[in-house]
Amino acid sequence: MKGRPESLGPEVEQRPVVLTIDGLTHYFESLRAVHNFSVTLKQGELVGLIGPNGAGKTTVFNLVTGVYPPTEGGIHYNGVDLVSLPSHDIIQAGIARTFQNIRLFADLTVLDNVRIACHPHAGYGLVDSILRLRKFRQKEAEMTEESLELLAIFGLEDRQADIAGSLPYGLQRRLEIARALATNPRVLLLDEPAAGMNPQEIDQLMDLIHFIRDHFNLTIFLVEHRMRLVMNVCEWITVMDFGEIIARGTPEEVRNDPKVIEAYLGRQAIR
Amino acid sequence: MLRRLQGRNGYLLVGLVLCFVLGQVLLSTGVINNYWRGIIFWGAAITMVSLGLNLIYGFNGQFSLGQYGFYAIGAYASADVTYRWVHNDSSGLVVVIGGSVLALLLMWGVSVLLRRFYGVRTMTVFVFNVLAAVLGFGLSVSVLVPVLGPAVSTVLQALPGVVTQQVVFFLALVGGAVLAGIASFLFGIPVLELGSDYFGIATLGFTIIIKVLLDNTDTLLPFPEMKGARGMVGIPQWTTWPWVFLSFVFILWVMRNILHSSTGRAIISVREDERAAELVGIDVVSYKILAFVVGSVFAGLAGGIRAHDLAFLHPQSFNFIQSFNPLIIVVFGGLGSMTGTVFAGFLWIVLLEGVLRLYLPAGFETWRFVVYPLILLLMMLLRPEGLMGRYEVPFLRSRKPSLQQDGGTETATAQEVAG
Repeated sequence: MKGRPESLGPEVEQRPVVLTIDGLTHYFESLRAVHNFSVTLKQGELVGLIGPNGAGKTTVFNLVTGVYPPTEGGIHYNGVDLVSLPSHDIIQAGIARTFQNIRLFADLTVLDNVRIACHPHAGYGLVDSILRLRKFRQKEAEMTEESLELLAIFGLEDRQADIAGSLPYGLQRRLEIARALATNPRVLLLDEPAAGMNPQEIDQLMDLIHFIRDHFNLTIFLVEHRMRLVMNVCEWITVMDFGEIIARGTPEEVRNDPKVIEAYLGRQAIR
Repeated sequence: MLRRLQGRNGYLLVGLVLCFVLGQVLLSTGVINNYWRGIIFWGAAITMVSLGLNLIYGFNGQFSLGQYGFYAIGAYASADVTYRWVHNDSSGLVVVIGGSVLALLLMWGVSVLLRRFYGVRTMTVFVFNVLAAVLGFGLSVSVLVPVLGPAVSTVLQALPGVVTQQVVFFLALVGGAVLAGIASFLFGIPVLELGSDYFGIATLGFTIIIKVLLDNTDTLLPFPEMKGARGMVGIPQWTTWPWVFLSFVFILWVMRNILHSSTGRAIISVREDERAAELVGIDVVSYKILAFVVGSVFAGLAGGIRAHDLAFLHPQSFNFIQSFNPLIIVVFGGLGSMTGTVFAGFLWIVLLEGVLRLYLPAGFETWRFVVYPLILLLMMLLRPEGLMGRYEVPFLRSRKPSLQQDGGTETATAQEVAG
């Protein structure tokens, strides 16, 4: 099957396809950032996307979430064509993401950060809130409860009233994932979730990623530099260099692939 | 219902009624003379305009210089309605109210129609909405006025005189506000797609266009009663304390309820980080338009109040230098603080227009535009977050989100239903 390694077991291959990225190509002016990138994600998979700096990993995420339209190629989510949809429609359709550089609403409280992401499915409108109707009070309470449950999963329930920007770095990373989950996604794109974390925090993060995958029934696509995290968490991995896919396979296969070693360490390392 | 009035809401209601009665008594007994009455009403109008701007700039983060344009639209539109009414002509009323209703219906139809298509270009949306508005108001002039005009006159004349006046005034205020809202919607569709700086420049252009149009209402536009650059006279002086008080509380109440809801959080998220807001599923452009339209409706309402207090409108009072006034007030009071805007708005008018004119030597007016920017400069250097920062008085604050408390209100409503 296109965009998947051949070595995966039949049990994995039987699952339904969730996200198909097919022949994605993107140019910034004349610079080719992504070339012919294809990946097919199946329900419940944990897939890694790795590659040296500047390989085009974040660009792939930006293309999938509609930050800019791809020059060529198709992105299909559950059969819906995502190309040319505005970002907020893609997110509302069920794809959520985090950012490489944390982009929280830094001046707002932790709780409000999560509740903002709940907004598209708030269930009440402007009139309900202006007139403070019963629907408003009910849905607002439900939304708050839902957000607090999410915060509890991420160990942030005691910090709900704190200003998001004042949290320590590791917690801000967690809050960003919580906020992404508040949009009710089916697919979660994590852009370097472990950046700036210490080894102990990375251990916690690995457990957390497994937990949210099972608890929220997610498909997770993960960009990461920390090999320990990628190798332990991902079921299979795609490796990019200079905008192209140079290898894909299980962590074991990728680790021993000469092309991957060359991309990361240079040609001499192979000898 | 009664349970909701207990505790905080109850105190609030009592406080508001006391405030209202106190104001009415002071005005009726003449403790507050006509000069100070004018100052207070003016302060209220400016504060309402500034609250609208605070929603646009302070909470939504869109730097706008167009607020006085919408203020002018509201003022002139409502003044025209009542002016025509006292000259036994109901056409103003029919056009403003009927046309607004028709235009809104047509624009709603356009939005339903365009929702069927993906990737509709902004300019297409804009053109369709402009057509809808033009068609709506065109129909009201050509069809509604001859058909409904006499009937509206007869029905309203049949009421007792005092009631008729209040009804017409109410409709004029609503009409002015809605007209300002429609104008801001049409203007906002193409312009709010731009970044914040470009938006600021475009809104400045809007204010200038409105001022030029107002200068030529009798020549370019078919409104001889507005008398162009000579200024519109003969507007009935119908603004009374209850009207000022009610519109003021109404605006504060609407703004508070919007801001402390999911919609309000979406509006604020656009200010915090547009890209991040878009990528948690918030339709950034429509929330910019929403904040812009609501803010402009506030300005339109304030315009109606001001026009019927002053009884005289001049294009010069809506020029672009004046349009910096609400901006200064909002920055002075604190971006993103309703309390700060109210405080600064009244302080601005009461001090600069009231106290200084009375107690400082004549000729001070000339120096005002040296003093204003100096104050602003000092403010920026000493307290850039504004007088109040983001502080809110308890009435305007959101309730602490606590599950226990919410659970409590839930059971209370359940009991209320059972009882």
